[in-house]
Amino acid sequence: MAVTSSGTATVTLPTDEQILITREFDAPKNLVYKAWTTPELVRRWWSANRGEMTVAEIDLRVGGMWRYAMVADGGFEVAFHGEYREIVPNERIVLTEVYEGIPDAEAEAEAALNTLTLTEEDGRTTLTNLVEHRNKEGRDAHIDSGMEAGMQDAMDLLEQVAITLR
Amino acid sequence: MNDLVGVLGLAQPQVSKHLRVLREVGAVDVRDKGRQRFYRLNGHALKPIHDWVKNYERSWSERFDRLDAVLEELKEKEEGDGSDE
Repeated sequence: MAVTSSGTATVTLPTDEQILITREFDAPKNLVYKAWTTPELVRRWWSANRGEMTVAEIDLRVGGMWRYAMVADGGFEVAFHGEYREIVPNERIVLTEVYEGIPDAEAEAEAALNTLTLTEEDGRTTLTNLVEHRNKEGRDAHIDSGMEAGMQDAMDLLEQVAITLR
Repeated sequence: MNDLVGVLGLAQPQVSKHLRVLREVGAVDVRDKGRQRFYRLNGHALKPIHDWVKNYERSWSERFDRLDAVLEELKEKEEGDGSDE
């Protein structure tokens, strides 16, 4: 049986400090977990269509660090890092996330707490990623960064259109 | 109103309070019919929030589309191996 794409991500804002991302996958949860926690697999999806992933470090144990970096198509680097706080294989990961684009001292204090949850039913997995910021400003800035990325997409499309018109 | 109390599992005064705030900012419209009040979502007022979140949502959708492709490969590999690892 051919199964079509599982659809788009859903983003909601449960509170002023939170972002909740939800998506269903046509795969069992152990595979989603594997794709989420194996560096060479993360490299293939995390940067989406927005650039080349240059760093994917995962020290998957409580207290272990992770760091992801990508070079966006515009040439600038975007990097994040954090620490694993809780790990339940195939089911749940709690980690901190720091955006390296803001000054160090400030960034650590502004770290978000992310909770990834995987639940499986009939071979399909529902993934939820709850991002909890310290305050509304941090949360809003996080969403604004997606806005900029969206603008970048729009510019890329515009460029493609412009090339076809040449 | 009674429907909302049932769905939300909150006490009626709390629900009234939330609805009053939503009405004040224009997120819901209200209509009186006899002794009942009917509330309706005002999509137009919510659009700026939707637009704001949309681009962020799209970046995750793109990621997950790629993750779908990775998962397809992992599934095929597992079937080929006939084992879990």
